Parts: sequence; structure tokens; C-alpha cells
Amino acid sequence: MVNVIIEVSKYLMILLMAVYTYLNFSYFRYREEWGQKRVCRRQNVAMFLMHFVAYLILYLKSEDERVALFYLAQVVFLGAYIGLYQIFYRNLTRILVNNMCMLLCVSWIMMTRLSLDKALRQFVIVALAALVTWVIPFIMDRVWQLSRIPWVYAFLGLACLIIVWMVGNNSYGAQLSVSMGGFSLQPSEFVKISFVFFVATMFYRSVDFRTVAVTTVMAAAHVLVLVLSKDLGSALIFFVTYLSMLFVATGNWFYLLAGSLGGCGASVLAYGLFVHVRTRVAAWRNPWADIDNRGYQITQSLFAIGTGGWFGMGLFQGMPYKIPVVEKDFVFAAISEELGGIFAVCVLLICLGCFLQFMMVAVRMQALFYKLIAFGLGMEYIIQVFLTVGGVIKFIPSTGVTLPLISYGGSSALSTFIMFGVVQGLYILKRNDEEDYEESEA
Amino acid sequence: MKKARPDAQPNKSILFFTYLIAGVFACMIGYFGYFLQFRGENVINNSYNARLDRFADRIVRGELLSNDGRVLARTDTGEDGTERRVYPYGSLFAHGIGYSDHGKTGLESLANFYLLTSHINLAERTFNELSNVKNIGDNVITTLDVDLQQAASDALGERRGAVVVMEPDTGKVLAVVSKPGFDPNTLDSDWDALISGDNTNAQLLNRAFQGLYPPGSTFKIIIMLEYIRENPDTWRDFTFDCDGLYEQGEYTISCYHGNAHGHQNLEQAFANSCNGAFAALGLQMSPGGVHDLAEQLLFNGELPLSLAYSKSSFTMNEGADTWEILQTSIGQGNTQMTPVHNAMLTAAIANGGVLMKPYLVERVENAAGEEIKRFLPEAYGNLLTAAEADTLAELMRRVVTEGTGSAVRTDAYEVAGKTGSAEFEYGRETHAWFTGFAPAEDPQIVVTVVVEEAGSGGQVAAPVARSIFDTYFAR
Repeated sequence: MVNVIIEVSKYLMILLMAVYTYLNFSYFRYREEWGQKRVCRRQNVAMFLMHFVAYLILYLKSEDERVALFYLAQVVFLGAYIGLYQIFYRNLTRILVNNMCMLLCVSWIMMTRLSLDKALRQFVIVALAALVTWVIPFIMDRVWQLSRIPWVYAFLGLACLIIVWMVGNNSYGAQLSVSMGGFSLQPSEFVKISFVFFVATMFYRSVDFRTVAVTTVMAAAHVLVLVLSKDLGSALIFFVTYLSMLFVATGNWFYLLAGSLGGCGASVLAYGLFVHVRTRVAAWRNPWADIDNRGYQITQSLFAIGTGGWFGMGLFQGMPYKIPVVEKDFVFAAISEELGGIFAVCVLLICLGCFLQFMMVAVRMQALFYKLIAFGLGMEYIIQVFLTVGGVIKFIPSTGVTLPLISYGGSSALSTFIMFGVVQGLYILKRNDEEDYEESEA
Repeated sequence: MKKARPDAQPNKSILFFTYLIAGVFACMIGYFGYFLQFRGENVINNSYNARLDRFADRIVRGELLSNDGRVLARTDTGEDGTERRVYPYGSLFAHGIGYSDHGKTGLESLANFYLLTSHINLAERTFNELSNVKNIGDNVITTLDVDLQQAASDALGERRGAVVVMEPDTGKVLAVVSKPGFDPNTLDSDWDALISGDNTNAQLLNRAFQGLYPPGSTFKIIIMLEYIRENPDTWRDFTFDCDGLYEQGEYTISCYHGNAHGHQNLEQAFANSCNGAFAALGLQMSPGGVHDLAEQLLFNGELPLSLAYSKSSFTMNEGADTWEILQTSIGQGNTQMTPVHNAMLTAAIANGGVLMKPYLVERVENAAGEEIKRFLPEAYGNLLTAAEADTLAELMRRVVTEGTGSAVRTDAYEVAGKTGSAEFEYGRETHAWFTGFAPAEDPQIVVTVVVEEAGSGGQVAAPVARSIFDTYFAR
């Protein structure tokens, strides 16, 4: 009987996910607020139903009462997060809140299936992150000084990266984290944010050649330290984000072209200089040649995705644990294997939907400072999604970055919450501004 | 914060990046979809993919059939739902079909994915899934031919050795015999004895694909080809006087059983397998050239095979000493070769120089007999030119008409081939080789035989090939 339920629920979950994703894009059709609100309410219904079905399966399969309690805790959290955010911040973009919650649901479902202990730990971190980042829109509205301290962002960020480079723990050949009293912190996740703030404040001041040159030198320093730490995924994210922010601020095609060519040159150089770069490229070009070793992770990932097919094997029906670091870098393969290719594509589209929201906020902000922040954070987010998913499906060489909000990891969860909080804050700022304006007009 | 002057330029750039990212994601999702739809099946049908075993929880493993539809492996389900894999021909197909209980080998491994996938009609499949009844997996029709397999196995009898039979123009593998064999039906109870350290018979080894033997005189085909390439206009002028022993400084090379062949031109030396002549020939050639040719002919490299195989090895290179050259030129020394590799080279000669990729799965059908997938012949590439292939075929024909291959000389059909008697240890009987094809003018079938420690290729291996040719041409 359980098999029947799993089989039926598999398709039900895909359907609910597809409905949710469709609503995500149909949202853009509605200009009026009531239409948008209706879409968001329907999204919530689809999300909670999907969440319920998934945890019903998880409970039936694991027969562990903690799963049921865990489910209830999640429902309380989601309800409170969505409800309180709306009450506290009247003018928020609800769809962004919804998308965050949906991605969190997917994360918890997969984590619970992989390891209940890790899922519980992740849940606690997310709840704390949600609580802490709650106030960000409030701060954004009141603290002007954020645009005045570029060198604080730059040197703080750089110092963090250098510390990681010097004393960081080695994981899979790269220095990513530092340990502090039992906790392992991944500072580059937070430097991503300070970096965007740094670039935005600099270009907000001026886009003359001197400022651009100084900013470029500082940005290059960030990238260089990351390359030295062998954190190539982050280096790539910083590089592309900087280049695109430079282009948005200046509109100068020469910068964009020269930067892109420089990036290509640096990639070739890195390929020649670093063994681990060549290893990754070799594992990407033909993982089957060294299936026991360098190609093991990516081939296991492809087995998982291929065996799952469009509709997935169903929860607990696959073997996602065969993939090394499945709960972090390769979580997308686990989702595709058990929940199906269609479901995985929906996850990708929801990530893309978040990015579009970020870009809409960027376009609507008047001040270049805010524009650049929304744009820069959005680029960082989507490039990371691209790098991790592209690596998992062998579209590009694997760079070892995680899928924001879905992968296991505290630093990543907190920094993503901050990113979303900042953009939410900008949106609220803008809407409040517009309302003030309308009121003064009236 | 003060309001900046509204500026359209940054928004244009933001839109530019938005479209760029959307485009990149469209490509990535497109690639993902392409992978799932078209590449997934090929990728997951891999022995490293442990996930396939899970399919057996929901699917009754399909049947493996011979090329004329006879059942070679099926799954019987008992009253209590226990499943048993049954092999009606017992040990006859042991190595080609393989087994599926102690790990998977042979076609049981190769076709694993198809056997564990069901294509019965959708309504029935859904109904079964919902009512928790296993679906019937697809059947796989192999290229294996029961009559030829039986003939090869009978001809080899109780002797150790291997036979490969294939079609040169398609690459279809018609028979794979390896002796001693085992009975896959009783594998479970025999397993401990089979893998025991005291067992020196290596029944589980597929000698046809994995057994490495010195090629003996069958390697003269390759030496011949190198000599023709180095002396395209004058190779027919070579002559040699054989008194049964060829002395070169302190070294001596003797012909099989010290036979004196007398005055020989190159065609005769090849037909009579005169070791002295080929040793002398070897000294006139560049060892590096032979090395390059051997590698072109897939020594030291991967073979286009889907079943487990061993790599053939050829070590002689530029700077080799006289003894190594003498030995290597008559197929002794360090050279090692699998029977299937020899069969592939013979097939390329028979097929005008083009090697067709050997294959064992002909098509996949659902339980109702509807075709799901069909595999077509595929060329691997040119191993030698058509002219070279013709010349070698002609020389191999003379081996049968006037040389060591008399055992396959008949009026019923015309065979071309090469015998070999490979020494592997001083004082022990030689391994007997025969590799050849028929009809010589329009080759339809390639047969390669090796019989371990049994004597000369012409007297021992060629008769085994004869009985396979007889079976093939009798129908």
C-alpha cells in the first residue's frame, strides 16, 4: 500500500510543483495588487500541499515520530514567516517570500530523506537566520550610512578572505572555512555581500577612470585571494559579478569586452598553472575514462539523474547517498533522481524567478547605489545556481559551489537570507517612497 | 537618500544581463532535457550504476534469446513469488550470456538495463504498479547462434581453449566459447569451489575475450603486412632457403618440429609458416615500424567491445636486440593477444580493411514481441587499405590450398586462414591457433580458434574451425 501512495504522490508532487512554478511566472501578468495577491495565495496552497504530501511519504517510509514533529515545526515556521512578514512589512514582495519558502521546503524534504540529523540542524540554522535577518528591511530604511563606508567593506572582506586562505580548513583541496569553537564558518559567503556593497558605494560616488581603476584593483585582490585558496567557484562568482556591475554602472562596452577577454586569459592561465583545474576539466570532458576516481562523483550524479528520468524514482526509491557530498554540491542530482527531472527543472525556474524579482527591484530603484546592490546580489545568486547545477548535470566543469537555500550549510543559508532580506528591504523602501509621493500629490 | 537623476542607461544594461542569464538558463535546461530524453538510457546502463539492481524489485527480469528466438536465459517465478534465473542450455552459453547472481557478467550485465525495463502497454503497466504486481521486463534478442555455438563447443570437446565466430561485414558475434566452462544454473552451489584458491581451471574466465596467448604464427599476418608496406614493389622477390634451423650469430630459430621447407618465396614461406624465413624477414625491418603497425592494429589499446576483455600487448620497439626481433617476428617473445582481437583483425582483412564493431545485442522487444529498439552495424574504421586486405586474403587462401591449413581444404566452400603453434613454456606442447574466414571470395563468417597445449594449429585448431564452417555452410 505504501508503494501505491509513493507512486501516486510522486506525480502529485510534480503537479503541485508545476502549478506553483506556473503561478510564479503568471504573476508578471497582473498589474493590480489584488491579482498578485491571489496568485501568491494560490502559491501558498500549492506549496503547503506539496510539503504535506512529501512529509507523509517521509513519515510512512521512516516510521519515525520525530519526522512528524519536525513537519509540524516546519509548518509553524513557514506560516509564521509568511504571515508575520506581511503584517510587519506592509509593502513587501510576497512572491520573493514565497519562493524562499518553497526552496526551503525542497531543501528540508531532501535533507530529511538523506539524514534527519542534518535536516534538524539545518532547520535550526535557517530559523535563526530568518529571525536575525528579519530586521534587515527595517535597517535599510533607516541607516543611510551604508553608502558611505566603501573601505570598511573592502578591507573587512579582504581580511576575512586572507584569514581563510592562511588558516582555513582544507576540504576537497580548497580552503573554504575556519573553525571557531565547534562551528565551522565559511566567510566567503558573507564577503560576497560586503563585496557588492563595496562596489556599489564606489560606483555610486563616481564612475570616472580613477575610481574604476581603484575599484578594479580591490576587486582583483578579492578574486586573487580566492584563487590562492583554490576556491575557484567563488572566484568566478566575484569576477563575473564585478564585471557586470562595472558595465551597469558605466555602460562602457570596452570595459565589458576587455574584462571578458581578461577572464578568458586568466582561465587559460589557471588551467596551465593549477593541477586541480585540469583535473576538474578532465573529469568534465570524459568522466567515464576515470570512473573509479576523478570521474566518480560526476558519473554517480549522472546515474542518479538518468535513472530518475523525468518523473523520478520517488522518495526513498533511489540511491542519492551514492554520490559524494550529495547534501551540499550535488543536492540537485538527488532532487532530480527521487523527485524527477520535471521537478528539478521547476526548482531551476523558481531560482530564475527569484533572479527576475531581484532584477525588477534593480530596474525600479532610482538611486544607482540601490540599483547596483540589487543587481549585484542578484547576479551573485544566479551565477552560483548556474555553477552548481551546471556542474551537477555536466553542462560545465564542476566548481564545488552549493545551491543557495537548498544545500546543507549554515553560512550559505544565512548569507542567502541576508541577500534576500536586503533586496526585500530595497523593494519596501521603494514602495514606501512611492506611497509617500502619491500621498503628497493627493 | 537623495534621488539621483533618472538614468535609462543602467536599466538597459540590467535588462541586457537579465536576457543573457535567461538565455544561458534556457540552454542549460535544454541540455538537461536532452540528457534525460536521449542520453540517459545509455549512461545509466553501466555496471558501475548500482541503481539498476533496484529495478528488479518491480520488474521481472526479461529473457535473453538466440538470433532465431530460442530462449537462452529466462526467469521462473515460483508459487511463493521467489524468482529463479534458468539457463536452458546449461554451460553451453556460460561466458557469452554470463550470469546475474554473483555480480553480473556477459550479456546479463550488458543488457541489464533492457531486461529490467518494461515496455508492456501503459494501462497494464500502471495497473500492475498500483496493484503491486511486477511488470514483465523486455526481452533481448542476441546475435548468438545456437547451432554454431554447439558445433564450436562440441569440436573443442573437453580441451581447454576458446572460439570466436563473427560476421565480418556486420560485426555480429555468432558464437563465444570458452573452456572449461561452468553451469550458470548451479552457480550458487558451485561458487565457492569456482573461486577457491586451489582451483587452477579458471572456469569463470572468458578465455575468448580475456585470455592472453602468444599469437604464434598467426602474428606472421602482421609481420607480412609490415614487410609489404616497407617494400611495396619488391616484397614478392624475397626468397629463403630453409633447412629447419635458422642461425643468426649465437641464436637459432627452428621451424615447427624442425621441418626443412627448402627453397621458399614469401608466399610459400607464409603458407608453410616457415619460422626461419620470417625471422630473417624481421631482421630486415624496423622494429619501431612493427611497433607502430601493431598499435594501429589495436595492440596496447582499447578494443571496441562491450563485454569485459583484456588488452593485447606488444612491447618490441626501436632498439630491440636481435633475439627479441627474431622471437617477435614469429609471434613469440613478449607479444600477447586475445582470441577476439585476432578474430577482429581477421574480420577486417575479410571486410576489405574495414573493422566493424563487434556486437552481441541485436534488438530489444517487449513481452508482447513488439520491437523497442534495434542495433545496427557500425564501422570502427579502416585498419588497413582495401588493396592490403586483398593481398593478405590471397596469401591466407594459399595457406589453405597449399600450406598448413589443409584441414579446412574442401570443395564445399573456400576458406582463407592462418595457423599458429605458439610456444609458451619450454618443454610443453604448443597452443594451437587457427584464424580464418570463408568463402574466400565473399566472406560471410570469421572463425578464430585457440586450443591450449594441444599441438600444431594445422592439426588441432583448424579441424575445430572446419566443423564450424561445415555447420554454417550446411544450411
